[in-house]
Amino acid sequence: MAFGAFGGTATAVAEPAIRKRSKVALILLLPGILYLGLFFLAPLFSLVLTSFQQPAEFGDIGEYETAFKWENYTAVISTYGEHIIRSFVFAATATVFALLFSFPLAYFIGVTLRRFPLVQALALTLVIAPFFISFLLRTLAWKQLLSDESPFVSFLNTMQLLPEGEHVTGTAFSVIFGLTYNFIPFMTLPIYTSLEKLDLRYVEAGGDLYASPASTFFRVTVPLAAPGIISGMLLTFIPAAGDYINASRDFLGSTSTAMIGNVIEANFLVLQNYPTAAALSLVLMAAILIFVSVYVKKSGTDDLI
Amino acid sequence: MAQGSFAEAGADLELKGITKRFPGFTAIEDLDLTIPAGSFFALLGPSGCGKTTTLRLVAGLEDATAGQILIGGKDVTHTKPYQRPVNTVFQSYALFPHMTILENVAFGLRRRKIADATAKAHEALKLVELDHLASRKPQQLSGGQQQRVALARAVVNRPALLLLDEPLGALDLKLRRQMQLELKEIQQDVGLTFLHVTHDQEEAMTMADTVAVMNKGRIEQMGAPEELYELPKTAFVANFLGQSNLFTGSVTTSGTDSIVVDVAGRKIEVPRERAQRHAGDVTIGVRPEKLMLHTEAPKQSAGINIIGPGRVTDVSFSGVSTSYQVAIPGLGQIVVFAQNMVFGPVVTTGAEVWLTWTTDHGFGLADDPADAPRFAADTDTHALAVQKREKLEAELEEA
Repeated sequence: MAFGAFGGTATAVAEPAIRKRSKVALILLLPGILYLGLFFLAPLFSLVLTSFQQPAEFGDIGEYETAFKWENYTAVISTYGEHIIRSFVFAATATVFALLFSFPLAYFIGVTLRRFPLVQALALTLVIAPFFISFLLRTLAWKQLLSDESPFVSFLNTMQLLPEGEHVTGTAFSVIFGLTYNFIPFMTLPIYTSLEKLDLRYVEAGGDLYASPASTFFRVTVPLAAPGIISGMLLTFIPAAGDYINASRDFLGSTSTAMIGNVIEANFLVLQNYPTAAALSLVLMAAILIFVSVYVKKSGTDDLI
Repeated sequence: MAQGSFAEAGADLELKGITKRFPGFTAIEDLDLTIPAGSFFALLGPSGCGKTTTLRLVAGLEDATAGQILIGGKDVTHTKPYQRPVNTVFQSYALFPHMTILENVAFGLRRRKIADATAKAHEALKLVELDHLASRKPQQLSGGQQQRVALARAVVNRPALLLLDEPLGALDLKLRRQMQLELKEIQQDVGLTFLHVTHDQEEAMTMADTVAVMNKGRIEQMGAPEELYELPKTAFVANFLGQSNLFTGSVTTSGTDSIVVDVAGRKIEVPRERAQRHAGDVTIGVRPEKLMLHTEAPKQSAGINIIGPGRVTDVSFSGVSTSYQVAIPGLGQIVVFAQNMVFGPVVTTGAEVWLTWTTDHGFGLADDPADAPRFAADTDTHALAVQKREKLEAELEEA
């Protein structure tokens, strides 16, 4: 996209100097273009082809032949519609919770700690610190922490807060909890970047113009942090919708919480049902694309991506 | 302030014993100040004199360490900024970048739920002649236009008291002159009380009815611009507001009409009512434009002070006037401004000259000559920076 736009301006202006510079830009862009072509466009093309395949006539399990079997799509939507919706609901809920946790955190680090650069740097490091431990290990650790034998669950049992025979792991709660936990840094960092630049004089001006602190917050602070909030939400929602770790039975989920990522994983790796998995992947991709473009359009920040 | 109503007229502002301390230094010390309703009041002072802190205290953006702030007779010391009938034109303008010009101007009206916010905002934009840019964003406007929007955004609320924090600082000279006149006109049209903070003495003098010269957290002198200029009471005011030639000496004769001061063996007469101190060691002064240059020794006569002979050490031409530096033994360098009534300078460097002035033009300062610097240069930004650097260097050397 950016490349296309660049080429357009270069041809529109027939200045030789600019032409020359555009060639340099092309050369610099080349590795990126090659990389994307090799590792994004080619697999995508192959995925589209796979999604239309049908089982080979006298083949073994997992053998498919090229065809144009568009029914694959209607089949996956009717079979796995529930999973698609669940994925979006889980991802959206986790995004909202991550935002509720991350905004105050980002505000505290970016604005309150401004006067103490050292403490600010330390706090930022703490936000990123979980990345030093594998994502899988951390999620497994949460499985332990929320397991039936854990002090947390024993406490809930003693307090009669958890009905007899119920568990914490394997529920929608634990999956959304896991998603929220895992994506908080992705939400916090972009919001921090926006708030760190926030000019407090605008906040003062809000107060000077009769806006109460709450009103100033929603009319001045939040709009000024909007780029960070929007990119944080995208960075959380998009991967969360396709996540298959948190919702997996081996981690925080169960069969009843399976998300579309789990279904794709099962079809590709266990059932060897490649066309279904490919079709599901493309449906997920299209759904996210539509959802995100509507969201970005609504937020009025087209220049964000 | 009542919801949904405009101030009927400007309100008095009264500061009683205001003190503001920041960790490590005192910005304002026991400040008392009364600004009558409907006046255009300027707080003038160098950087770091506490004038901006005073303004922020009035706006509610800082809390006073001690003292009381009353607006229109009501104590607002402990109220929040949004509860005060005050609006500020910020030095940085602080126009909300995510809103259009119109939304910016209507912001205060909307918050107070005033009817017809949009129409009133358009009206305010017409006042500053920017209504045609109402749908633009602040970044698309020039500095001068942004300044006018900031003014419209504050004035549209008809605050009882409008605070201006060096709003013209970022503008070029020509635009600044134009804005000064416009501001003054708006103030007279709408009849609000204006509190204008500036370090530009010319700006303060052309715009304000009353000027208070502030230094080191205190008000040195307050009065009409002409009064401050013609009769400064401290060395700081004498030098911050225009230039002055100051002399120190002891009073030899203290008469009913005038006092005579012996300055390095020369007798200088100052009218008694224009002198703050009438005995002992005093500092007296005269403005450079009040001095006359003579190439021959003038005759002694009553009502005229004569000093000289001295030598012209520097001549600099500045259009309407020429400034001469004259060195007189025992008195040091003296500055003389002469109108360019003839072509070119009257005398050239090295000429022997005498200086005279009418005794009525002299003034006597209240400072003790021992503390009064000949030029109060230690308070300007440059001097402060130099002091800071020297201190830092000394510290580094010690380490």
